[in-house]
Amino acid sequence: MSMNTRSSRAHFRGLVLALIAVLPVLVLAAWSLSRGWLWPALLPRAWSLRAWRYAASPLSGVPQSLAVSIFIALIVAALAVLLAVPAARAIALHSFRGRQAVLFILLLPVLAPPVASAMGVHSLFIRLGLAETVFGVILVHLIPAVPYSTLMMVGAFSRFETDQEAVARTLGASTYHVWLRVTLPALAPGIAVSAVFAFLISWSQYLLTLLVGGGQVRTLPLSLIAFQTSGDDAVAAALALLYLAPAVFLFLAVSRFLRADA
Amino acid sequence: MLVILGLFASGVVSAILESLGRYQDPALTFRYYSQLFSDREIRASLGFSLGVAAIATGLSAAFGLMLALRLRRAAHAWTGWNTLLQFPLAVPHLAMAFVVLQLISSSGLAARIAYHAGIISMPAEFPSLVNDRFGAGIVLVYVLKETPFVALMILAVLTRLGDSYELAARTLGASAWQCFRHVTLPLAAPPLVASCLFVFAYILSAFEVPFVLGRPYPAMWSVIAQRRYMEADLAARPGAIALAVAASSLTALLVWLYLRAARSWSGLDKPAIF
Repeated sequence: MSMNTRSSRAHFRGLVLALIAVLPVLVLAAWSLSRGWLWPALLPRAWSLRAWRYAASPLSGVPQSLAVSIFIALIVAALAVLLAVPAARAIALHSFRGRQAVLFILLLPVLAPPVASAMGVHSLFIRLGLAETVFGVILVHLIPAVPYSTLMMVGAFSRFETDQEAVARTLGASTYHVWLRVTLPALAPGIAVSAVFAFLISWSQYLLTLLVGGGQVRTLPLSLIAFQTSGDDAVAAALALLYLAPAVFLFLAVSRFLRADA
Repeated sequence: MLVILGLFASGVVSAILESLGRYQDPALTFRYYSQLFSDREIRASLGFSLGVAAIATGLSAAFGLMLALRLRRAAHAWTGWNTLLQFPLAVPHLAMAFVVLQLISSSGLAARIAYHAGIISMPAEFPSLVNDRFGAGIVLVYVLKETPFVALMILAVLTRLGDSYELAARTLGASAWQCFRHVTLPLAAPPLVASCLFVFAYILSAFEVPFVLGRPYPAMWSVIAQRRYMEADLAARPGAIALAVAASSLTALLVWLYLRAARSWSGLDKPAIF
């Protein structure tokens, strides 16, 4: 096989893959812009902006949901990174007894959506007056987000040379300057990745928000399910696109760091 | 950090206490746990949850292995594979479930195409792939999501090992199959087993996907726990929490097994966390 046909075949395969990846988005877009897309039509009979107009109006509650989701996810991302950096440093750079146990405890809420814990937290929050509040939802999102960020930062720290800090210190840099000029730049990609994934973890929570928010804290996924179960597929599709967008863009934004990390 | 772990731990403790009837009776009781075993809905759910998780894990493992072996040969050609494989991991489950619903429900796009191809004449003739008895839609979403994960885990190990073992085997006269069976497969086995444990535990505790694509009976345990917990009748709560605690204990066991398996081949310097 000549190089030429080989590369054109690779291109073709890439194109097919891209199409498969884009197809769901196209289907969602078509649904959100459709009016009366009845069975068995392959394409909507008429197009309309109704769903998007409705989703944009405060009457639908969608703008509020979007704002609440973004607010919660940003705070969760910031807090998760703040908590994860020192913890990951301790785990990655020091060997201590029970390291395996710590990893186990960290991995647990990451792997299994901590349903049991969330139910327990909920009954605690009822007594503390945190149930059905945005603050309570932020706290419960931190349960999976912080361990996740920590595990990602452990990966970043395990490639970090502490010697560089020692060198800077020897050359007279203050603790603050060492952190700002040496540690932070070296860890920046890891921090970016772990912040993005903490954001996405919070962004994609449904059950924890439902349990602790009691349906009062309406994040985007709660609205999405509400429209889907009420049978308004056009609005639900518009919400699904809104819901998908940050995942796609944030992922693309940090993907070059992921590749460098792998 | 301790605050969050403390919150998690106090949630667990509070959940266990409540599942033991802390607020119902003055004395603690295992009543709610023993009731789980006699509950028909939960017994059906156990089989259903395990079945869906096992089938989805098996398919993800098979496709993931094939994908990894295929990509290993193509890996030099295009470095974007790694990014592409990680992408499904970033997509929220709910969004994926919703897309799959639009594509394969009995009035979805696949059914419409089947109609125009003359295969079916009305929606009811399309095989029910969502809200069905066997959880086909749930399995599909997880296979789509977990196959790339399995492939990534295997690729990471195989790329590090290189292909010198296979070359040696082939030079010594092993057939393509013998080489796969006795060289490649044993090399790929540790990450394959570890990722299977991981994926199995992950699917077993899934909520969003079965919530959208499953049906009320038989349902996955998490859906039942949520439904009973949110019931207006507060008396159902201890039972719901008991179910969540019991299922989470099983997941915890699987995570522990995964960590043991993963330690043997990665040393956990770079924990795989998806």
